Amino acid sequence: MFVIAIFALFIAMILVLIRLYAGPTLYDRVLAVNSFGTHTVLFIGVLGFLTERPEFLDIALLYALINFVGTIAILKYFRYRGIGDIHQMPTDQEIGE
Amino acid sequence: MLETFINLGLFVMLVATAVAITRMRRLFGVTMMASVFSLLSAMLFVTLDAVDVAFTEAAVGAGISTVLMLSTLTLTSRIEKPTTRSPLVPLVVTAITGAAIIYGTLDMPNFGDAHSPAQVGVAARYMAESPTDIDIPNVVTVVLASYRGFDTMGETAVVFTAGAGVLMLISGLRRRRRKGDDKKEETS
Repeated sequence: MFVIAIFALFIAMILVLIRLYAGPTLYDRVLAVNSFGTHTVLFIGVLGFLTERPEFLDIALLYALINFVGTIAILKYFRYRGIGDIHQMPTDQEIGE
Repeated sequence: MLETFINLGLFVMLVATAVAITRMRRLFGVTMMASVFSLLSAMLFVTLDAVDVAFTEAAVGAGISTVLMLSTLTLTSRIEKPTTRSPLVPLVVTAITGAAIIYGTLDMPNFGDAHSPAQVGVAARYMAESPTDIDIPNVVTVVLASYRGFDTMGETAVVFTAGAGVLMLISGLRRRRRKGDDKKEETS
């Protein structure tokens, strides 16, 4: 069963990679990277069960955290054109909806 | 069999990502691709049982590097300029370097070899004597904190110095900028 899961995971990863390369808008690409991070988490989990060492599962959880913070950073870049230096950032009103 | 398939699949995706990075002109897409590249190499490290290396790769490669590259993109152009020089010389240099690296791996012990130098040296003694010698149950902790204690202390000192230096640089910048803001308010 885990073998089938890892096959399916690889197919999903290839689909995400195609979207990452072809993706017409930037948002497609951000979503693709975020989704690929989720696939990494799943891959580490499935691999742990496949090699009968599910202790790696908590490491997979850490990957999920990194993925979340990374996506937040990328989206912040989109909105404010900068990541650090909060004093020089334009406010939401200046950007305009 | 299955392990070969997993390695093959991961390496195919890794090479495809690398080729896509070289073909892409929009630097934002390149940054995203680089993030995926390091996630893929982290997965390869996990299949090699080097979970700690994999985690460092994911944190530094997919996390910090992406953020740093995005911050760089705010300062520079977003489209890569096409190169006018011929790509032949870099290709030859890369091929020679790659061949040298592959040649270097030829006399390395096989993966999981019980007779590799790392296994026949002091490792057996560490495994046998560390519980009575140092009285810490985890062998990795014993090696890092006791047998290689000076090495670890040196590493910690290097990391601490680097962190302190970066903090001093950042705080100096912020103070200068705040002074500039005060002057602006005075004049206005």
